[in-house]
Amino acid sequence: MTHPENAAEFLKDSQKAKWHDETLWFVRDKRDKVSKSIPEWEQLRELASGIKNNVLANLADYLEEFERNATKNGIIVHWAADSEEHNRLVLEILQQQGCRAVVKSKSILTEECHLNPYLEKHDIEVVDTDLGERIVQFLNQPPSHIVLPAIHLKKGEISELFHEKLKTEKGNEDPTYLTQAARVHLREKFFAAKVAITGVNFGIAETGEFVVCTNEGNADMGVHLAQVHIACMGIEKILPRRKDLGVFLRLLARSATGQPITNYNSHFRSPTPGKEIHIILVDNGRTAQLAREKFRNSLKCIRCGACMNTCPIYRRSGGFSYNSTVPGPIGSILSPGLDLKKHSSLPFASTLCGSCTDVCPVKINIHEQLYEWRQEVTKTQGEFAKGLAMKLANGIFKSPLAYKITGSLMRNAVKSLPNSLIYHPLNIWGKNRNLPDPPMESFQQWYRKNRA
Amino acid sequence: MSSREKILNTIRSLTLEPKALPDIPNLRGSGDLVERFTQSIYGNKGEVLSKSEFEKWFLSSGFSKVISLSSQFSKLATLPLPEDPHALDTLEVAILDGQFGVAENGAIWLEDSHLGLRALPFATEHLVIILDPDSLEDTMHQGYEKIAGAHSGFGLFLAGPSKTADIEQSLVIGAQGAKSLRVVWV
Repeated sequence: MTHPENAAEFLKDSQKAKWHDETLWFVRDKRDKVSKSIPEWEQLRELASGIKNNVLANLADYLEEFERNATKNGIIVHWAADSEEHNRLVLEILQQQGCRAVVKSKSILTEECHLNPYLEKHDIEVVDTDLGERIVQFLNQPPSHIVLPAIHLKKGEISELFHEKLKTEKGNEDPTYLTQAARVHLREKFFAAKVAITGVNFGIAETGEFVVCTNEGNADMGVHLAQVHIACMGIEKILPRRKDLGVFLRLLARSATGQPITNYNSHFRSPTPGKEIHIILVDNGRTAQLAREKFRNSLKCIRCGACMNTCPIYRRSGGFSYNSTVPGPIGSILSPGLDLKKHSSLPFASTLCGSCTDVCPVKINIHEQLYEWRQEVTKTQGEFAKGLAMKLANGIFKSPLAYKITGSLMRNAVKSLPNSLIYHPLNIWGKNRNLPDPPMESFQQWYRKNRA
Repeated sequence: MSSREKILNTIRSLTLEPKALPDIPNLRGSGDLVERFTQSIYGNKGEVLSKSEFEKWFLSSGFSKVISLSSQFSKLATLPLPEDPHALDTLEVAILDGQFGVAENGAIWLEDSHLGLRALPFATEHLVIILDPDSLEDTMHQGYEKIAGAHSGFGLFLAGPSKTADIEQSLVIGAQGAKSLRVVWV
């Protein structure tokens, strides 16, 4: 299904779609307010962008430095070229530990690698411990937003789901009550798990440590109770120096949800004596993206989700319409690099208004890359209907006479043609778009009357 | 070829334009540190108490399972620090000394030496952090300056209680971790 088809599906429930739009705009607004309370905000964005540009220009060196220091600290470092290798490495560690049930905090990377279905196929229970992720996991859905995984659901739906899964009272939709029920359920899982999996927000080359940020404390509940911690990290998550965290932690939560910082920011440098920390450094298409000069700097992304909250298309089409692990504007420039054919409609899911670029804390030129991806898509699979129209237009614009005649024809045609013809299913440009009222006369006619 | 070599070789085969690593200037905020820190903690849904306010709250609450690693409040402890973090499941209160706080966002730095068990500030039902107002730093930049040479196996910037807004964006305090945070000035 293409993005427009999926979006049409989302928009069928117009009340929910309106709520979705307004709620994400509210989050965007909170981000605006908190960012304006920091006079040096733009300077921080500039710094963050500069640091990430430096990381991407020296990635191999930083990765080696990170590996060297992490190993010195007693962390076991693994490398995975693709998702299959990543998943196999995780499974091997779990099997060595004789672990049949694992707790996992939020990690977009493990979603990207489809780790959960892989482990489940090997008879391992995976419990996503972020509340929003647990909710969508119960529903067998992926997250619809990278920071707000269950933003597409209303509390009535969650109440019904928890009644079925956690035996909560039927009809009780109180968020505090439902969260408390999840707390009891998840704490039971934390205290039983031998191995915990987390994502990684930042890996520091200078110290070999890595940082995980949450508000719920679920990553830490998992790893500090477990015997073994597996951290899954995309190779682009490296920062050179510990002090760079000062810049990034000031930007991340403010950009994501408008808070000054996430409540828990954990720095893992070496395991508790007697325990193990494994970190898996994953490529899975990142080096290929690094090789694409025009799209390289999409790898600066710190997964704050600000571009989704602000995007007029995302807010009105929902995360699932993108059918990609990372949805929204940033997903629309990352995913075509992974599978151009599957994600060919995503670069078009944008008005190119540039709001995503304006809010991006690391200054990725998202809307310009969306435009560039459109060129790549049309190069490989130009759409037949639009291609034909363009060829026709080309002929008309070449000949002044043809232009004059067509203009006059069109002005009359749009006025007199029935809607059934203008908004015919074959005319994809008429879908969800209204034609403006045609002018009474052409510019040439107007000019002759008024200026000649 | 191992995946490690494959990844590193692929990166090294690319022509990447050099980009300088920027220096981070010593950026600062403005205003009274204690006032800004207090405001930040309340914004993060924690509380800030004086010593006497804390003692009054503690005595009136009647807790029976308390671990205190703060030397000034060691007499409030009813339990020793266990060896196994799984024993923290029913812990009601943990009292810890914070190393320093950051005014701009309320983040408090804690390392292994001050945590006892890494699970302690998460697994406890209520968390109390004892903090010296003179220890406050302005922004995260000064915070990281302070810990530049520290080597703890685990370190944490903690800024509030466990919270979530995953159900319809309604804020709920007490998701998986501690249900409350009280910062106590000494």
